[in-house]
Order: sequence, then structure tokens, then C-alpha cells
Amino acid sequence: MHKIISILILTVMFFSCGKKEVAVNKSGAQINGAGATFPYPIYSKWFNEYAKLNKDAKINYQSIGSGGGIKQITEGTVDFGASDSPMSDEEIEKANSKNNNSIIHIPTVIGSVVLIYNMPGTEGNLKLSGDVIAGIYKGVIKKWNDPKIKAENPGINLPDKEIIVCSRTDGSGTTYVFTDYLGKVDPEWKSRIGVAKDVKFPVGQGGKGNEGVTGLVKQLEYSIGYVELVYALQNKLKYAEIKNAEGEYVLPTLESLTLAADNSISEMPDDLRISITNSKGKNSYPISSFTYILIFKDQKDEFKGKTMKAFLEWALTTGESFAQDLGYAPLPKSVSAKALDKVNSIKIQ
Amino acid sequence: MFLDSSDSIEKFGLDFIFSRNWDPVREEFGALTFIYGTIVSSFLALLISLPISIGVAVFLSEIVHKSVRTSLSFLIEILAAIPSIIYGFWGIFVLAPFMRTTIQPFLQSVFGFLPFFQGTMYGTGLLTASIILAIMITPIITAITRDVLKAIPVSQKEAAYALGATKWEGIKMALLNARSGILGGAVLGLGRAIGETMAVTMVIGNKAQIKASLFEPAYTMASVIANEFAEASGGLQVSSLIEVGLILFGVTFIVNSMARLLIYSVTRKA
Repeated sequence: MHKIISILILTVMFFSCGKKEVAVNKSGAQINGAGATFPYPIYSKWFNEYAKLNKDAKINYQSIGSGGGIKQITEGTVDFGASDSPMSDEEIEKANSKNNNSIIHIPTVIGSVVLIYNMPGTEGNLKLSGDVIAGIYKGVIKKWNDPKIKAENPGINLPDKEIIVCSRTDGSGTTYVFTDYLGKVDPEWKSRIGVAKDVKFPVGQGGKGNEGVTGLVKQLEYSIGYVELVYALQNKLKYAEIKNAEGEYVLPTLESLTLAADNSISEMPDDLRISITNSKGKNSYPISSFTYILIFKDQKDEFKGKTMKAFLEWALTTGESFAQDLGYAPLPKSVSAKALDKVNSIKIQ
Repeated sequence: MFLDSSDSIEKFGLDFIFSRNWDPVREEFGALTFIYGTIVSSFLALLISLPISIGVAVFLSEIVHKSVRTSLSFLIEILAAIPSIIYGFWGIFVLAPFMRTTIQPFLQSVFGFLPFFQGTMYGTGLLTASIILAIMITPIITAITRDVLKAIPVSQKEAAYALGATKWEGIKMALLNARSGILGGAVLGLGRAIGETMAVTMVIGNKAQIKASLFEPAYTMASVIANEFAEASGGLQVSSLIEVGLILFGVTFIVNSMARLLIYSVTRKA
């Protein structure tokens, strides 16, 4: 009996050893990334599609949030990070000195933040200007039939109801893009509330994550909230046309987002860190942003470096065609050329 | 925890506990609103849950027939096994609209003169969070109360009935004897309510403020840690969040020791 058991144990051990060895050889190729939740749908699509082309390229992405992505790449615990807002000078300095390397920003797609609202019994799209949005989120504009909202929406029958303001309660790139826009159109917003991933909103209530805010707006009549476009589309919620810098009311579409990026290109610095909210151009949508992959310039692991480089090249060319279906806009040609240059500058040691 | 929160302790000192301001942009942090939210929501939950739990436990152990008892207690215990995120989703999609259309207008029309039931009705908020918590802790308190009632010797009950006690008097006697156990169950439930994160986060409204109205959104300590920790940028924010954790730990400790004292004094009197 004892013999049989020990033989059994030995066999099990033998096989599990064998399995492990095979797994190690293969999973040595595992590339880890972490960061923004906002581009997660398209990134996971990319990793999936790319793995079909290149079986060794196993890329694992954790959507823990932009701030988390920056933290992890700074600590060197992941091979690449991802963030909706570019890293600040301070953050770059910290990451570079800690890893004795230099970080580069590679824009991947353009995303937009929309204002979703729940107003039963109205037809047509609500039109909002940055001024009014700031007023609502500051708590100055309290009711839907406020003269300021009325002035912009002559055709809509606005109810005499209090506006229920919903915002993100967790730190997020979405909030950064939103407050970045409000900071540009309203100086008081910038000085009193600020531009950050996590700000203290004077009014309203908070939901956790895009899905949390979507849930609140969906459930609460006469509410307004801000989320990424894809959440509004998936939940079939109405979202407002926003007045841009040229005074036109625009919806986020492929064209209006690409235009917003195109119009900012002349101001784009060499490190590609730029905010494209409230950008010029008659048809550009004002609350949009690039989302970035953060990666170190000197790649120490040959396999990982090569794979990431090949992957990014593929993503910025073939991969961009998946963007539209998922609610993102692909990079304009001019930007993707610059992004590809950045990819090519990655050195493998 | 103490070491990691030293930055914020040094900077804000005792003000941290008494300040209502939480502004990550200006790096000014104070935890009073979160302490308030945690304590009020938990105690309110206990207040709602305790009578229901005791009622259910008495019903299960003293009144209902054996065959019903097993299946009914199984159903109640299964409530304890539902993950809190599910409670949260149920809260936001079922309970919150119901609160908004039915319960809150009712409360306002009947008790509207009290400051607790005034103001805008959002559906989400402190009261809704307390109700979710009450539902979550009811199975715990029920299970313990039922077990304590079961532990009372049958001979005692029979003696009471033999002396001509009515059913109600018998139950009263049993409850009186079981009070320390019931209190223990309540404390366990309260502990769960204080630490509960996901379900509360989803329905409480997450706004750092202290308002008299129970309809208003509030914020709890566990929620703010869960919400902000992943994206906390500055060292001071992280440090402050850890200090919130430290306070949460302290509050749990104080509540538990107070409950201990209460149980001790109750049992000594008996």
C-alpha cells in the first residue's frame, strides 16, 4: 500500500515538475502592463488580436487606473504603464531617476468625455457651453430651467426641477480631462476647484468608476454626469452637444475628435505630452484627450523590448482600425507618424 | 499603519479628526465627515436590523413548525452568503429608485417636520446605505440570536409554562435570559456594518459632508479608502488615507470595547 502511494506521489511530482518547466520557458515571455481603465476595451482587443499574429507575445494588462499605472511604472514593477493624462514633469523626473532610464509617452487613441443626462420627456440633444457646465458643477446653476440653460436650448421644454449632479468619486483620468476642460473655460474653476484626477466637487454625489456614474444617471431622474463616450453608447444614454472654442455645438464623433487632435498638433511638444481639450477648429469636440502608453526608452530584456516595439508598431498602424467600433478615434496621420518615431527610438540592450 | 500615516499626522495633528475638509487638489485633508458617515450609517443599520432580527429569530425558534424552520433559516442564512457587490448593484438598481419614488416621499410626508427627512430626495444617500447594511447584517444577528435562544434549557421554558405563563410571557423570559448573547450578535453585526465597503460605496452617494437630512449623500471611511487609494497621487494623500484606516481601526476597537463593557454589565446584573 505504502509503495503504491509513494509511487503515485512520485508520478504526480514528476509530471508537475515537467509541466512547470515547460510553462516557465513559455511564460518567460509574459509582458506586464498596468494603468488607465479608459482605453482598456481597445487595449484588450489589441492584445488579443496581436496574440493571434504572434503566439509568443503574451501581454497582460491590468486596468487599475492612470495613477496606478504611473505608480507601477515608476516602481518598475510593470513593463509598460498607461495613462490618460500625461505624466507631470515631477513624475517623469521621479520615474527616470529611480530607474536610471528615460520614460517616453506614446499616444495610442483619442477618447472623449461626454455629459450624460437623464431628463424624461424631452426630445433632441441638450446643448451646453463650458460656462454652463462649470456653473452646474460649481452649484451656481441649480435648476434645469435656469435662464442660462434656457438661452442655449430654445427648442427644449426644460422642467422646473433641481439638477442632480453626479461625478466620479475615485481618482481617474476621466475626471482629469473633464476638469482640465473646465479649467480652461472658467478661470474661477481653475483657481477655486482645480485640475486633477481627483477634485473636491462643491455639489452633487459621486459614483465609483464610469459604470458607477452611468448607473447613478440612469437611475436618477433629472441628473447629469460625465463619463467616457463608450459608456454612454453602451447604455444608450443621451449626451449633450458641447459648445467648442469657436462657438459651435458639437457631438463627439470620429471627425470631431480627430479634428480636435489635428488642430492641436502645431502646439505638440517633442515629448508628445499635450492636452487637447477646448482645442481650436470649427468642428472639433472640446472634451477629448489622447491616452498614452508609458514605456522606458532603454529596454533591458531583449525579448520583451522587441515584442513591445513590434506590438506598438502594429497597434499604431493596423490596430488603429479597431478604434472606431469601440468608441475611440484613431490618431490623425500626423500624430501617428510622431508616435511611430517614438516607438522606433526605443533601444534594446 | 502609524508609521505610514506619520506624514499626515505631523501635518494636520488632531485637526485631522475634526476637520470637514477633504480637498486632494490643495492637499488639505480631514476625516470628520467620513467618521460621521461610518458611525451614523452603521448604527442606523443596527437600529433597523435589531428588531427585525430578534423578531425573526423568535419566530424561527419558538413559534414556527420545525419543517418550516429549517428551510426558512436556510433562506435567511443564504442572505449572508451574497457578495456585497451584488447588494450594491441591487441597491442602485432596485432599492434606490424604490426609495426615491415610494419610501422617501412617504417619510417626508409623515415625518417631514423632522430635519432628518427634509431636503431633496435622491434615492441614494445615507438612509439607503443604512437599509442595505441592515439587510446585510440581519442574517448574522438572526443566526446568533436563534442559536442563543436554542441554548436556553427546555426545562426552563416548561417550568414557565407549567406556572401558567402565556406563550408571550415565555418568549419574554427567553429573550431576557438570552440578552447577552443577542447583544453579542448585535456587536458582530455592527462590526460588519462598520467595515462594509462595496455595497455602501455604491449607494451612499460618496460626498464628504455632514447634513442633518438622512436623504443627503454621505461618505464612509472604508469607501474613501477604496475609492481614492488606487489613484492617490501625492504622498500626503496616501498618508492621509492610511490615517483614515488607522481611525477606522480605532473606531472599531472603541465600539467593540464599549460593547464588551455593555455585555459585561448586563451579564453581571443577571
